Amino acid sequence: MSDKAYVRTEMLEPRDPPPSSVGPIHWIRENLFATWFDAILTILSAAAIIGLLIEVVPWLLSPTWGGTSLDNCRKILAAANHDGGACWGVISERWLQMLFGFYPAELYWRPIAAFVLLGVALAPVLFSDKVPGKLLYFTAAYPFFFPWLLWGGTIWGPLAAAAGFFIGYGVYVVASRMVGNLTGVIAGILAAIIWWLVLSGYAVDALAGIAPIGIEPVESRKFGGFMLSITIGVVAIGASLPLGIVLALGRQSDLMIVKYLSVWFIEFIRGVPLITLLFVASTLLNIFMPPGTDFDIILRVLIMVTLFASAYMAEVIRGGLAALPKGQYEAADALGLDYWKAQRLVIMPQALKISIPGIVSTFIGVFKDTTLVSIIGLLDPLGLSNAIRADSAWNGIVWELYGFIALIFFVFTFSMSRYSMYLERKLHTGHR
Amino acid sequence: MKKTVLFGALTIAGLAAGAAAAGTLDDVKARGKLNCGVTTGLVGFAAPDANGEWHGFDVAVCRAVAAAVLGDQNAIEFVPTTGKTRFTALASGEVDMLARNTTWTFSRDVDLKFEFVGVNYYDGQGFMVPKSLGVSSAKELDGATVCIQTGTTTELNLADFFRSNNISYEPVPIETNAEAQQQYLAGACDVYTTDASGLAATRATFENPGDHVILPEIISKEPLGPLVRHGDPEWGDLVRWTLNALISAEELGITSANIDELKKGTNNPEINRILGTEGKLGEMLGLDADWAYRAIKANGNYGEIFAKNIGENTPVGLARGLNAQWKEGGLLYSPPFR
Repeated sequence: MSDKAYVRTEMLEPRDPPPSSVGPIHWIRENLFATWFDAILTILSAAAIIGLLIEVVPWLLSPTWGGTSLDNCRKILAAANHDGGACWGVISERWLQMLFGFYPAELYWRPIAAFVLLGVALAPVLFSDKVPGKLLYFTAAYPFFFPWLLWGGTIWGPLAAAAGFFIGYGVYVVASRMVGNLTGVIAGILAAIIWWLVLSGYAVDALAGIAPIGIEPVESRKFGGFMLSITIGVVAIGASLPLGIVLALGRQSDLMIVKYLSVWFIEFIRGVPLITLLFVASTLLNIFMPPGTDFDIILRVLIMVTLFASAYMAEVIRGGLAALPKGQYEAADALGLDYWKAQRLVIMPQALKISIPGIVSTFIGVFKDTTLVSIIGLLDPLGLSNAIRADSAWNGIVWELYGFIALIFFVFTFSMSRYSMYLERKLHTGHR
Repeated sequence: MKKTVLFGALTIAGLAAGAAAAGTLDDVKARGKLNCGVTTGLVGFAAPDANGEWHGFDVAVCRAVAAAVLGDQNAIEFVPTTGKTRFTALASGEVDMLARNTTWTFSRDVDLKFEFVGVNYYDGQGFMVPKSLGVSSAKELDGATVCIQTGTTTELNLADFFRSNNISYEPVPIETNAEAQQQYLAGACDVYTTDASGLAATRATFENPGDHVILPEIISKEPLGPLVRHGDPEWGDLVRWTLNALISAEELGITSANIDELKKGTNNPEINRILGTEGKLGEMLGLDADWAYRAIKANGNYGEIFAKNIGENTPVGLARGLNAQWKEGGLLYSPPFR
């Protein structure tokens, strides 16, 4: 049987697929030149991209990093026979100013340390599976440490601010035992507010008199550039998420006053453009407060941007809550969880997961909206670009400055969006 | 109705508090710093350098006042203000004075309750056109497209000018000077109009400034000057006479170079009075005798400040024109120090 000539006796080695169906050539044929229409589109796009690069690359690669003024740049370009290049001298002279504003140069380490430590403080939140959980204590302390690093002054200020939370909690514990839970909450909040607004000032003065520990204070007017943008962005982002959660829950609450307060707040803030809120912060508040009150302009802006962001955040999270099947609420109830436990263990983890893309969009939007503060005279990157152009050496430079600003903004927003994709993949538990 | 009453009461409370807090000079001395409102950046008039130090023609006025009051021209907090926030910043007391090329107009002086203490630059709205357009007078601009900053007095002046000359134009609205430069260079408009000082500064940045001409017509009066709040005449006097001291110093030939020489005493009684070697002018202002000496010494007299920041040897390259001393055919005329 087996000596029949037409029966193969040994297996053939598998051969390589034909070159036309593997490797780059196959990929190109499949994706770029599959049909004649695809081929035309490919050629047109390639021509457009190459044309753009021919224009942009020589402009980018201009030998003007040492230029001292626009005129000087033009001379350098003419000497190098380089037609129409960028004038990078402005960036090499002003990049520190674009990053730090007018912050004293010898104290640059403070904002740098503040933002590096911010990364450390965020790590246990952002990458909870890779970082020891003990770091969370640092995260909790950081909101008080961060402003101290940036603004400086006595150490007792942030400590007193932190003490307010302990005082509020202490009063809550005592009062809730004596007169009931709701009264306890109210008493605790009132005690904290009284401490912050009235008592803490005296306490800080007294303590600073006894033990003057502190670092050199830096006024808000010295803040500028990306440092200002990032500070506003980070504070607004960090504070708006918890505020937004509270507002979203408040809006769905059965307690009438809480519900209508939340609805009213969200609808009012969302109904007003951010720029209006900023004008209120910068001009109206000034007129209503007695002259001589020194209510820090950046603090005012921070509050307004935070309120603005939290209203949007609340609606994003409400979307997540609404998307959750009713069975989840009922299941939590059936397990006998009380309201807060049900929110913490069942509802919020799912609702927040659903809302991640919306939350991150809001974050990115808020971060970019920080440039609006240039309208009220704060020198954020855009405001600074105008101030730099007002230097007669750099008057007339537009693309280089805006390009630099755009690049840095892109780095930040793109990393945020990549992180959100990572988070979605990580949390993708597959039951949906 | 009730709300109106409430707001009225608030306003009155605010005004009363404002009046009670009068005494800007004492506030500044107690603070040890002058809060001076400047622009967020205007070529030649105010701009921060790479170290964050502010320089410019308007900034020099602030520095002179700080030198006169506090003895240190760097004892200043510069508060950058935009066209929208400048007046509230001054009215609310956030700044002690505003040196922010602001046009002195009736309504700002009377209705907004400010006091313009003088004029440090006489400006006026002009036109810039490419030479290739072949236009030599603004009256030949019939049918031209004009780049114009929206929401400024320049927009209204432009409409008035074209209407009174019975010619038409097509406005191209733009937001900032930087945008205007780009639009004009890209040929989006035939004409760019703004204050003549701004036009000169803009033209100086072009690759070929010679290809563009500034037309001879000046179609508006824009007297720019420092201003203070109503309600504290002593402080207004102080800023006014500091500016006058700078102007008089040029007229009398007091410069930062020879001021120490002249301080020893001269035969000219007015110089002596300004520099405090005769009379009690400083005392009348609530300052010491050397106030004007310090103000002039800080950055030189008016002419020196002009030459250093916006004069013909700077990139801005402005001629003195109307801003020359009255003896040289200009409008600068300081009242006598007596």
